[in-house]
Order: sequence, then C-alpha cells, then structure tokens
Amino acid sequence: MSETLLSIRGLTKAYPGVVANSDVSFDIGAGEVHALLGENGAGKSTLVKMIYGLVKPDSGSMTLRGAPYAPAEPRAARADGIAMVFQHFSLFDALNVAENIALGMENPPPMRDLARRIREVSETYGLPLDPFRTVGDLSAGERQRVEIIRCLLQDPKLLIMDEPTSVLTPQEVEILFKTLTKLSAEGTAILYISHKLEEIRTLCDHATVLRLGKVVGECVPRESTAREMAELMVGTTLQTPTRAGRELGPVALALRGLSAASPSQFGTSLKNVHLEVKQGEVLGIGGVAGNGQDELLAVLSGEIPTDEGAVELKGAGIGRLGPTERRRLGLLTAPEERLGHAAAPDMSLTENAMLTGSVREGLERRGFLKWAAAQDFAEKIIKAFDVRTPGPDNAARSLSGGNLQKFVIGREVLQRPDVLVVNQPTWGVDASAAAAIRQALLDLAASGAAVICISQDLDELMEIADRFAALNEGRLSEPRPTTGLTVDEIGLMMGGAHGMEVAAVG
Amino acid sequence: MIVLEKRPQPSRAWSLATPVLAVVATMVFGGLLFALLGKNPVEAIRTIFWDPLFGEFAFYYRPQLLVKGAPLVLIAIGLSLGFKAGIWNIGAEGQYIMGAICGAAVGLAFYPLDAWYVFPLMVLGGALGGWAWAMIPGILKVRFGTNEILVSLMLVYVAEQLLASMSLGLLKNPEGFGFPGSRNLNDYPSASSWISQDLGMHWGVLAAFIAVIFAYVLLNRHMAGFHIRLTGDAPRAARFAGVHPGRLILFCLGISGALAGLAGLFEVAGPAGQITIDFNTGYGFTAIIVAFLGRLHPVGILLAGGLMALTYIGGEAAQSQMALPAAAIQVFQGMLLFFLLALDLLTNYRLRLKTREVA
Repeated sequence: MSETLLSIRGLTKAYPGVVANSDVSFDIGAGEVHALLGENGAGKSTLVKMIYGLVKPDSGSMTLRGAPYAPAEPRAARADGIAMVFQHFSLFDALNVAENIALGMENPPPMRDLARRIREVSETYGLPLDPFRTVGDLSAGERQRVEIIRCLLQDPKLLIMDEPTSVLTPQEVEILFKTLTKLSAEGTAILYISHKLEEIRTLCDHATVLRLGKVVGECVPRESTAREMAELMVGTTLQTPTRAGRELGPVALALRGLSAASPSQFGTSLKNVHLEVKQGEVLGIGGVAGNGQDELLAVLSGEIPTDEGAVELKGAGIGRLGPTERRRLGLLTAPEERLGHAAAPDMSLTENAMLTGSVREGLERRGFLKWAAAQDFAEKIIKAFDVRTPGPDNAARSLSGGNLQKFVIGREVLQRPDVLVVNQPTWGVDASAAAAIRQALLDLAASGAAVICISQDLDELMEIADRFAALNEGRLSEPRPTTGLTVDEIGLMMGGAHGMEVAAVG
Repeated sequence: MIVLEKRPQPSRAWSLATPVLAVVATMVFGGLLFALLGKNPVEAIRTIFWDPLFGEFAFYYRPQLLVKGAPLVLIAIGLSLGFKAGIWNIGAEGQYIMGAICGAAVGLAFYPLDAWYVFPLMVLGGALGGWAWAMIPGILKVRFGTNEILVSLMLVYVAEQLLASMSLGLLKNPEGFGFPGSRNLNDYPSASSWISQDLGMHWGVLAAFIAVIFAYVLLNRHMAGFHIRLTGDAPRAARFAGVHPGRLILFCLGISGALAGLAGLFEVAGPAGQITIDFNTGYGFTAIIVAFLGRLHPVGILLAGGLMALTYIGGEAAQSQMALPAAAIQVFQGMLLFFLLALDLLTNYRLRLKTREVA
C-alpha cells in the first residue's frame, strides 16, 4: 500500500441517547478504494459527516497527509481536497447541468468555460454528460454523474461516496465502477459506503466494518466471502428466509393494459401495464427509482382511479374503487414513504393502526371508532413484528425508520390480505429485521395470498420472488421466473444503461 | 445562542400550558401598554378580567357574556373542523350574515302567524343560508382549484352588500316610517330565539354547547373526524386511508358555513332583533381567533370563546369607565392571539441554550 492519505484516530461522537461513533480508527491510503461497511444505524453516516466537516467529533483526531485535520465546515474539507457524493442528490430539476454545478461553486467561471470543463472531465472519466440538458429530464444515473462531476471539478484527493449504486441499473453500476477504478489508479482515494457486499468485493481494496458505532473488523474484501462480511456486519449468524414449495392458485390480481398519468409533474406515467399474479405467488418488480413505482402502488391502492377493467381482483374490475373498498375486498398495500404516506407522523401507533385497519379488523361500526380494539391491534403488530417502542401511544414520528417500517408492513400482513402490494419493504431496515419482513411476506404467500413486492434491492427480489419483472419509464417488462435469471438479463429488463452509451474508458 | 430543537413528540404539558402563559403574557404587556397610556394597569386588567365576572355589576355583565360568547363558540367550532384539515374558511362573517338574512326572511314571511313551527323553520333557513354561502368557495375549490381563503373572504363583502340591500329593500319594515332595517323579531314571539332574556339565554347558547359536544364526539369517536385530523397531519396518508379530498372539503366548509349561519340566525332573532345595515359586528372574524386560542379543540374553544367574550365586555367597560381608547382594547386582543401563536412553538419545539460549534 502506498503512503497514508487520511488517518483517523479514536473518533467519538455521541448524540443524546445514542453513541453514533465510539473510538473509531482506520487509515485510508492514497489511491485506495476503502469500503465502509455496516448496517443502517451502525454509524457510517456520522463518521463521513465528521470527515466532511458537517459534524464535529466529541473527541479523537484526524490527520491528512501528515498534518492535523479538523474541518470546521464542508467548505474547509473541500479546500483540503475532500469531496462527497451524497445518497440523496441536491440538484434543481428546473436548471441545467452546468447551472447546477455553478451553484455549488465558490467562484463559478463563465458558463462557457464551465461547460467546456464539464465536457473535458466527463470525457476523461467516461461519464458522458451534456452540460446544457435540464436536470429534470435526466435519469437517476445521469443525475449521479452530475454530482460526481461536480466533485471531480474540485480535483479531490479523497472522494466519499454514500451508497452510490442504490439508484443504478447493473449496467450503470459497471460504468460507475470503471470510473472509480480509473480515479483510484490516478491516485484519488475513494471512501465507499455500502451494505451491498458483492459490489464491495468487486471494487474495494480494503474494508472497515462498523457495528453500533464501533469498528468490529477489517478485511480485504476480495479474500473474504460475502457471508463472512455480512456476519461481521450483523454480529450474528444470518437467517436466510426459507421458501416452502407452494401450490399456485388461480389468478388473484391482474392489470390489463393499465395506463395512468402521474399526479406529480416530475413523476412517471404508467404505460400499458399488463401483469397477473396468482394466489401463493410472489411477483418481484424491480427497476431504478422514479420509473413508475410510486404510481404503480397508487394505482393498486386505489389512490389513483383508473378504468374499471384495468385492475382486476379475483376476476372483478375494481379500477374505480377507492382504498377503503379495495381493502374490504382483500387488496392491501404498503407504500414506500413511511412518514406522511403509510403513516401519519404526529399520530399515535393506535391511530395509525386505525388508518388502514378499520375495515378488515372491525375497528369501526357505523362510522364510530373502537379505540380499544385499535389499541389491541396496534399492540398485536408491535408484538408480532418486534417493533421497538415504549407502547402504542407513541407518535409514529418517534420511531426509528426501521421500526416504523416493521409496523407498517406488520399492519398489512396481519390483516390477512388476499393480495398484498409492498413498495420497498425493507428500505432502511437492518439486516435481521429485513430478513424477518421477507420471511413474513413468504409466509403470507405460503398461506395462499398473492404478493407483489416492488423493490430496488435486486438481491431481495431474487431471494423472495417467484417471477421478476422490471419497471422502466412506466412500462413493465414481461415477467420471467427468477430461477436462472442472470444479472445481465435483469439489467437489460431494467432498461440497460438508460440510453446512456457505455463510453470507452481510456 | 438559543436554538430550537424539535421534540420527538408534541408535549402534552406544554400544549395545555401555552394558552395560560399567553394570557399571562398578554396581561403583562397589555398592562404595560395601558401604563404607557397613563392609566393604572392593575385597575385596567381588573376591569377587563375580573369585574365582569365577580364585580359589583356582574349581574349585568354575566348574561352579556353568554350573548357574546355563544356565536363565537358556535362559529369557531365549525371553523376548527376545517382548520384541522387545512381547509381555511376565512369567510364565516359572510356565512353569518347570510344565515341571518335567510333565517329572518323565513320568519318575516310568516309574520304575523303564531305557530310553533315558525322558529324551527327559521333555524333551518339560517343553517341552509350559511351552508349555501360556504358551498360557493367549496365547489369552486373542488372543481377549479381556487383558493378558498380568498373566495370565502371576498364573499364576506358581497354578503355585506346584500345585507345593506335587504335592510333597505326587500326585508325593510313596511311600518318602519322609512327607516332602514327589518321588523324587530323580538316583537314577534313565534320568531324569537330568546329563552330568558334576563339570564342571557337564547337558543344559540344551547346550540353552542351542543356543537361543542358534537364536535368532540365527531373528532374523537367518529371516522369523519378521524379523517379530518388525518388530512391535517398527513394529506397523502389520508388519501391512502381512503379519504376523498373533495368530499372532505365540502363537508368541512358545509359544517362551518351551517354553524355560522345558525349563529347569525340566533343573533338576528334574539340579541339583535332585526336585520340592519350594520348587523354584523365581526363575530365571524373573531371566531378565527377563538378557534386558534382554543387550540382547535372543542373544549378549548368553549373556554376561549368565554375568554374572548370577557375581553369584549371587559374592554367595553374599560373604555367607558377608564376612558381607554378603543384601539388600545383591540391591540390588547391582538396581543392575545400573537402570544398564543408565538408560544405555540413550545409544544413542538424546545428551546436550548447552546454555544455555537466552532472548530
């Protein structure tokens, strides 16, 4: 390994009630691709925020190229050659690429020079991008390129990337990896945050594993198996969900040539979607975020009404029915956005149990609410899905994301649906809870329900789905059995590299 | 540096304490204002808050409290349902006027018939008048997405013009020697809303109490109320739960319009007695303050309506006894709303003293 670029010694940061990082130490060499591995809540984000100057450590020290390094703010970190690509993009949809990049600069050069430099950098690193395209029209992969190029224009010595592949198709991941490899060969160090183990094995030279804020291990990913790393990350032996052999019943839910306009301006309209899912079957729907997943869920939940016959439940057209009638008929849904969509933030868990449970759990009679029954139902969810909360009187927003997700999924699963549609069921949930949620979905299917799982986590879909289809710009591909499906085929179903040519990397 | 920190959940203790704190702060700063005007602040505060309830002439003021408080509570209850769901009916004053016009028109149409059903029909007319006036912003919003704040507010001025036209034209007392204004309904027993004038009891007072109970049950025990609260907290979650936004808008505007119309009818058939050009005195606007002062909670609104009526009556007493300017009393009432809204922050946030993080 070459000389050390950044050295971290004993970094500690505590928030009220939780120690985010405790005595974290590791080194990053120049030109090294270093993975930071850990579950949600392991303290990865806090750690990189300290490196990037967004959070000040309580104790501990950092040295950059031998000199003490304590950035007071991101600007100071950038001046020292540290750049970061966040998981959530900070781009303005209505502006073009060059304008967005200029906004993030201290002294932006004239637009023409900037555009030329953007072209130069994008060609050098195989990230083709037109500086004058409007960001609102770009795919997620292209938006990420804007963020990366914004960083590269600063000529960084260390590039921090937070979960960069969660929004990319496999082909786009490949392009990204080529870029990162080239950067690293030129001497730029990369701190790569992820929980996707196969990626880390392909890309990274070295990995530091965090659990509950502490460094619990280091390894060379190429020489470890994914399972070893996962168990290091979780701290226990992982339970892989088990699939019992299932008998498939008749078609439970069908979409027949469904088209629906998106209610939001930058949303994706659904175009001529066909699908059938049988009783006892799990259908996985993959695709990069923003390709119509939210709209598909809204069409199934009844939030967007469609033509009567476009949505069929057990052979009957239900396209015009609202959410309550659909629940009565046995079609339940769990949206991706937990706070504000699946659950009301300021309401208690009891009230949130009432939110979707009123019809099927008999929590109302002639419009009058049975709060005692709702509380029992909430307690049942909390118990069955191991939701960590003091009790059902707590507001939904006081729960951590993962716990609220368990509550939301549990609320629908426990209502014994005939058809359950979930969007991103394990997003932001720790590995053991994610395994429990997947198992619950599989058990539900085993009991004869049809399950549609919309997810951006391909590993998850391969694990639980019988058939796989992908959403791409509002169109759904022909579903195919998951067994024997290769990553390349999945990538092509998801739209390949989204119209971006795979540029030659020099 | 003082920083605001969001609480994990709204503090129950603070949500109860802030109205009390707001009243105390209003007394302190109001007292300061009165002192600056050269009046004795303690005496002024006592005249406003204490004398009407327990002073020498309380027997005169107490019935006044019911008469002033009832329309405020009745209107505020209706408004609070919409406010909870993020539907802003600012035009209760107009609905109040229309309720009074329609209700009085029904009564005057029957004049001088003496029958038990005259008053109930007037009540119906009043409620329908207010409801219909509120349906205008409602339907415009649902159909064309207009802003209900603007439309309902503008309709207040339309209603005021109609009121003037009615008292000069259609509803003018034919035996009124040419003076503007309708017949006095107090002279027409079948159409009077008084139960006991000496006690300040009229049907509007009863209706206000019934509305409080109705709203409490609706919000806490009924699906419609649950949907209202849900819409206010998380509109997307409400849709997901099966709320039809358009229907909810019409429901909330309809209820608040009908209650405002009822308040107008009880007022015209009782304390006011007749339709005149200056019949409306701003109850519809003050009720907005009452609704927020009561934290949009039915029982809170009942208390807030009482408090507001008290500042009105006490304020008038202070004007006449201590020669305080009317503007000072209005500033005083404005302070109450200001402090309430400002201190409301403490329910969801806590203040923390913190040294700024500097590296």
